[in-house]
Amino acid sequence: MTSPNRNTPKNGIKMGIPLFLSYFPVAIAFGILSKNTGLNIYETVGFSVIVFAGASQFMAVSMIASGSMGLEIIIATLFLNFRHFLMSSSISQRIDFENPIMKPIVGFFITDETFSVASFTRGEFTEKYMLAMEVTAYLGWVTGTGIGFILGSILPMLLQKSMAIGLYALFVALLIPEIKKTNKALVLALASGVTNTILVKFLDLQQGWSIVVSIVLISSLGVLIYEKEERFYE
Amino acid sequence: MNSTVMIILGMMIVTYIPRILPFYMMTGKKLPQKIKIFLEFVPYTALGALIIPGALNAVPEAPFASVLALSFAGIYSYFKNNLIVAVVGSIFIVYLLFLI
Repeated sequence: MTSPNRNTPKNGIKMGIPLFLSYFPVAIAFGILSKNTGLNIYETVGFSVIVFAGASQFMAVSMIASGSMGLEIIIATLFLNFRHFLMSSSISQRIDFENPIMKPIVGFFITDETFSVASFTRGEFTEKYMLAMEVTAYLGWVTGTGIGFILGSILPMLLQKSMAIGLYALFVALLIPEIKKTNKALVLALASGVTNTILVKFLDLQQGWSIVVSIVLISSLGVLIYEKEERFYE
Repeated sequence: MNSTVMIILGMMIVTYIPRILPFYMMTGKKLPQKIKIFLEFVPYTALGALIIPGALNAVPEAPFASVLALSFAGIYSYFKNNLIVAVVGSIFIVYLLFLI
C-alpha cells in the first residue's frame, strides 16, 4: 500500500468537495419540488438532514403529492435504498477503524456517491478520512435543500434541468480512471448496466431492486470468472 | 406528529439500518475469499447500474446533450483527475446546448 498517512481528514474534505458541488444543484431541485408539493421548510430540510438519500427523497415527495399512504412510501424507500446494504458491506472491508464507536456515524452517510469516492480512494484510510469526505458531501445536500426551498425559483429553469446531469457525470468520472487500472472495471460495469437496463425496460422491475439484482448477479458472475486470477495475485 | 414527519422518520429507519448493519456484521471479520472478491467487485457493478440506463434519461428533453456531456466527463477523466471539472463542465455543456 502507499504511504499510510496520505488519506488524512484534509484529503477527505478535498475529496468531498466534488460531491458537495454535485449534490448542491440536485438538492436545490429537491427543495423546489418539496416546496411546490406543499411541505414547509422544516419538513423539507428535515428530509435532507435526517434521511440523506436523494432518489428516495424525490420519490417520497412525488408520492406525497399523489396522495400515497405513509406506509407505502416507507416500503418503497426500503426497496430503493437497500442497495446501500451492499455498498456498506463493500466499504466496511476498506475502512481501517481506529475507533469502532464511529461505525454508526460513518454508516449514516453512505450514499452511492460517498461509497464510490471511498471505494476508489487509493491506499488505506481510517474513519476520519471517510467522515471528512462524507460530511462535506452532506453539507452540500443540506444547504442546497434549504437554498432551493428559499430561493429556488430565482434559478433559470433550463439551468435547473441541466444540473440533473451532474451526478451522472460524477459517476462516469469516478469509473473511467478505474478502467485504466483493470479491464475488469469496464467488463463488470458494462455487464451490470446492461443487466439493469434489461431488468428495468423489459422486465419492468422497480429501479431499487433492479440495481440490487444487477450488483449481486454480475458481482457473483465476476467471482466465478475471475476467482482463479484474483487468487493468483494474492 | 403530522404524517410528513412520520414518513421522514420511517424513511430514515429503513434507510439507516441497511447502511449500518454491514459495519457490525463484517468489519474486522475474516471473510471467505469468494465473499471478499464479491465485495471488491461491488463498486464497479454498482456504478455500472447507477449509470446505465438512468444517465440517458437524466435530462429527458435533451438526450443528445446528455450523451455529449457524459462523453466529455468520460474522456476528460481518462486523462485528468479532476472531478469538479468533469461535473461542472457536463452541466455547462447541457446548459449551453439548451441555449443554442
